[in-house]
Amino acid sequence: MARDWSDIFIVDGQPTGDGGAPDDGDQAGRARKRIGRFARLRESLRKTRQALQSEIQATLFEDLSDETWERLEEALIYADVGASTTAKVVAQLEQEATENKLTGGQELSDRLVELLTELARTGDDRIDLRAEPTVILVAGVNGTGKTTTLGKLAWHLSQELDRSVVLAAGDTFRAAAVEQLEIWAQRAQVGFVKGGLGADSASVAFDAIDQARRLRADVVLIDTAGRLHTQDNLMSELTKVRRVIAKQIPEAPHETLLTVDATTGQNGLRQAKLFSEAIDVSGIVLTKLDGTAKGGIALAIASELGIPVKLIGVGEQLEDLRPFDAGEFARALVS
Amino acid sequence: MFESLGDKLQATLSDVRGRGTLTEDDINAAMREIRLALLEADVNFKVVRSFTGSIKEKALGANIVGALNPGQQVVKIVSDELTELMGGAAGDLAFSPRPPTIVLMAGLQGSGKTTATGKLARYLRGQGSSVAVAACDVYRPAAVDQLVKVGRQVGVDVYEQGTDANPVAIAKWAADRARTEGKDVLIVDTAGRLHVDTELMDELAQIKQAIKPHDILLVVDAMTGQDAVNVAEQFAAVVDFDGVVMTKLDGDARGGAALSVKAVTGKPILFASTGEKLDQFERFYPDRMAQRILGMGDVMTLIEKAQSGYDTDQAAELERKLRKSEFDLDDFLDQMRQIRRLGPLKSLLGMIPGIGAELRNVNIDERDFDRLQAIILSMTAQERRHPELIKGSRRLRIAKGSGTNVQAVKQLIKQFEQSRKVMRQVAQGKMPDLGALMRQGGR
Repeated sequence: MARDWSDIFIVDGQPTGDGGAPDDGDQAGRARKRIGRFARLRESLRKTRQALQSEIQATLFEDLSDETWERLEEALIYADVGASTTAKVVAQLEQEATENKLTGGQELSDRLVELLTELARTGDDRIDLRAEPTVILVAGVNGTGKTTTLGKLAWHLSQELDRSVVLAAGDTFRAAAVEQLEIWAQRAQVGFVKGGLGADSASVAFDAIDQARRLRADVVLIDTAGRLHTQDNLMSELTKVRRVIAKQIPEAPHETLLTVDATTGQNGLRQAKLFSEAIDVSGIVLTKLDGTAKGGIALAIASELGIPVKLIGVGEQLEDLRPFDAGEFARALVS
Repeated sequence: MFESLGDKLQATLSDVRGRGTLTEDDINAAMREIRLALLEADVNFKVVRSFTGSIKEKALGANIVGALNPGQQVVKIVSDELTELMGGAAGDLAFSPRPPTIVLMAGLQGSGKTTATGKLARYLRGQGSSVAVAACDVYRPAAVDQLVKVGRQVGVDVYEQGTDANPVAIAKWAADRARTEGKDVLIVDTAGRLHVDTELMDELAQIKQAIKPHDILLVVDAMTGQDAVNVAEQFAAVVDFDGVVMTKLDGDARGGAALSVKAVTGKPILFASTGEKLDQFERFYPDRMAQRILGMGDVMTLIEKAQSGYDTDQAAELERKLRKSEFDLDDFLDQMRQIRRLGPLKSLLGMIPGIGAELRNVNIDERDFDRLQAIILSMTAQERRHPELIKGSRRLRIAKGSGTNVQAVKQLIKQFEQSRKVMRQVAQGKMPDLGALMRQGGR
């Protein structure tokens, strides 16, 4: 992994976490922990690669013909990159190949990864933690992994970056969603704010920020109920949550994350578009990348809407959240 | 956003009109559009390939007959073929002659198993079965709590042993208990699991082994992309499921995953989950899904909903009133209630071909209806029959009584006058300008 946690967070003073200079014992412990984490990630990325590997290799080690492009096209489609982004990439490669800029299979393969990386890398993909408190709002369609992502993010911020965190149970709709987040809060050993019976998300967000200010907490993470982007009334409720947050701290939320399930197909683009219209999404969390789905829709979202992916979810454990690395992602899509 | 495949094909094949037959070039052009449409709908590319192959054969040399133009002709071939591939008629659960019938729910994380379990329980209970649900998801935090709450909402027993017990043991215990308590149906909810997680897939196989379910349902998110085939194939290989529940169909995903799953496993899709509320769950009709994937609206569902929700006697009475110009605010209220009984207005509009895409961006606030209803209910019987009576002080009283304002009362009466005018025109056989009405309605 080229990209590490220390690259993603913008903090004051000395870089914390992995980039810091902890004492020897601590460092050894962390290194051990990291090996375990990377092993798991490698394993999940390996699965991701396997499916495409055979197809791409078959594609690239043959002579260039119409069939080559068709197969490359299918490989990208298979990764859920989507027809229009796929067409764009294939046309570009094909043009460069006919102009004899690319000769061997390896060159073609490298250029492909380069093109995909360019598409995946957009905007500022870091998370600025310098505001006090930093308010992070998380939204997404039902079942995409909002609550799990928040739990993992809370754990990382508190255990690895030593930040004091308040988790706000803004999903006041789904049965037992509050309890689910509370368990994550206990695991991550962070503060937890929930509303009374029948409270709405906006008031929970309000209380959480209020409490974070009184306790001088560093970060407030706000969960929201899952909702389909087509439900206008629920989307305007989300807009209201954002508005209520901004009333307390004008610059907040400092970060608005949208969780997108890596298994999602072309509808992911609609999700990103409509959520962005409602709450001005600043980054994507691509979840469930530990399966066989490649999450190519994130490429379409990045290239067509200009919203960067910031984090990826690769499992159900607390530490299974990683910074997004465009190059690594592009290679996983096609190598 | 969504242009219907029908429109695209008609544009592609517009010059064919009058030539009589489709040439190979025409067909190839049409196939490109079909391929793109299916890929955009998330149908797996391998399924698309074999599908377009068989379509091409059928379309080649097909005569352009009757009233259909070449575009429509191809759409018809695609639609027929797609419907056949989707499985034609609607399927059903296999019920055991000796109760309890045991239904095992399985699927990826976040596909909607727990909600679907609650909805299915409610659905079966509504058909007169005594139902219990079993909570075997001991992994996701608070999953058991969630099922307990959902079970309580739909009024069925929830069998749970917390999160310390082993899921296989819980399932076995629940099956025994359902038998002792004489339940007709037991629905077993399980933890979401990745199809490549061998440990958890093995656990699922063990649950199956322990309780020998009559039906195993795979819960699939309608928004799933190309990976749907991998998921379905793996689950089929490990537990050989019997049918599929498609969830989140109330969104705007085309749902090509349904076609992929059916095509690679041959298992029927039995139920469709279409909303956040626990009653938004229905039988799955393959032919309608075919239309949806093609972006041709869902006329059948609309017709059926209209038939089941509409009282024919009332309709006849309404017609009589219209002819005699007796249509008043009570009838207006009746009309509104009848329409609302069909479901959320937005989903109704989405089912109308052509309109769906256009109106997707129109905001329809269902609460507007509540407000209108409150205003009418705050009127006296006489005022409802003679809205022209409603002036200054009456208007103020009605506004106060309904918790609205004078402006809203005025607007309602204006709307009523307009619709009375339109209805009179219809009753007299004149076609009103529906486009203008739509624009007014959408504001």
